[in-house]
Amino acid sequence: MHEWALAEAVISSLKEIANREGLKEIREVHLKVGELQQVDEEILLFALSQMRSGKLANTKFILKTSRARFKCRVCGHKWLLKEVKAPDEVKESIHFIPEVAYAYIRCPKCNSPDFEVSSGRGLWILSVRGVK
Amino acid sequence: MYDPRLSIIGERLSGINRIIVVSSGKGGVGKSLIASTISLLLARRGFKVGLLDLDFTSPTTHVVLGVTGMQPSEDRGIVPPTVHGIKYMSLIFYLGERLAPLRGSELSNALLEVLSVTLWGSIDFLMIDMPPGISDLMLDVLKYVRGASFLVVTSPSRMAFETVRKLLLLLKSLKAPVIGVIENMKMDESEYIRREVEALGEIFLGEIHFDRKLEESLGSVSKLLETSFAREVEEIIQRILAYN
Repeated sequence: MHEWALAEAVISSLKEIANREGLKEIREVHLKVGELQQVDEEILLFALSQMRSGKLANTKFILKTSRARFKCRVCGHKWLLKEVKAPDEVKESIHFIPEVAYAYIRCPKCNSPDFEVSSGRGLWILSVRGVK
Repeated sequence: MYDPRLSIIGERLSGINRIIVVSSGKGGVGKSLIASTISLLLARRGFKVGLLDLDFTSPTTHVVLGVTGMQPSEDRGIVPPTVHGIKYMSLIFYLGERLAPLRGSELSNALLEVLSVTLWGSIDFLMIDMPPGISDLMLDVLKYVRGASFLVVTSPSRMAFETVRKLLLLLKSLKAPVIGVIENMKMDESEYIRREVEALGEIFLGEIHFDRKLEESLGSVSKLLETSFAREVEEIIQRILAYN
């Protein structure tokens, strides 16, 4: 599952952060999960729990979903992912590589493929709480 | 906010012995054909080879290799399918016939995503086919693909070399390792490219003559490897292997 690859990246980053900041332990991590990638949050949390060790052994992970919003660079129209009707195989492709969305989504108002994902893309570490 | 992808790329590339970035700066000089053919020839020599098509908006290596009806598999990441003995990764698996018009920041995001989720495993060579241009993707490859060396392709055209010269100067200024320059589609005996490359202190790896039968071989690896183009690439491979 792709969620396992994302979890691995998070764990690797947290180990780096712990070493860089001289943390003995990381207690709590807030993650922002972009809706565009349609990450299965349960699987992500499970993967994170399975990969915890050392300074991360007792880390609590808190996920916050960021709604995917688009803005047309041509006409300025704004819309949400839930307004986009895409078949499952397209959603799966976007799940792996979110930029694939540019091949399938167009501005519902002017049909331009030139839009920005103004929020809801990717997975981010928002904050880390640890003990020195 | 911290992007966790940045921490895993090194790990994803750690099983690769040599990463060779086939670049030019100029389009239409044969980068994709050369990257694909070198990959095939290295695989034929028994090396474990990966080929990554980073020309996200106009990928073509799948046309050279005749890739159809394949998909990467998933196993805690994306496992590239094996095509003619090569681990092959391209956005074409997700785009199909569609075009993804991407701006610079989106190209960077796509690159980070591909690098952070693709599981190459243990391989001898990863060949990277670059898009034309010396902009976002080139800068990102220089930033994120540590330890890569550059194989630069030019055509005999002075117009093409004008851009290639700038790329070579950029790579030199950044102390990025350059294996050398290949002159592709040669149609006369001009020494212009060789002289210019050597004047820049770079290695002229060799010339590949324009092959009228090459177009017919696209999509058929057995035909491609029988062309004079492939034979000339084979001669150059020896020099690439000698590069440390």
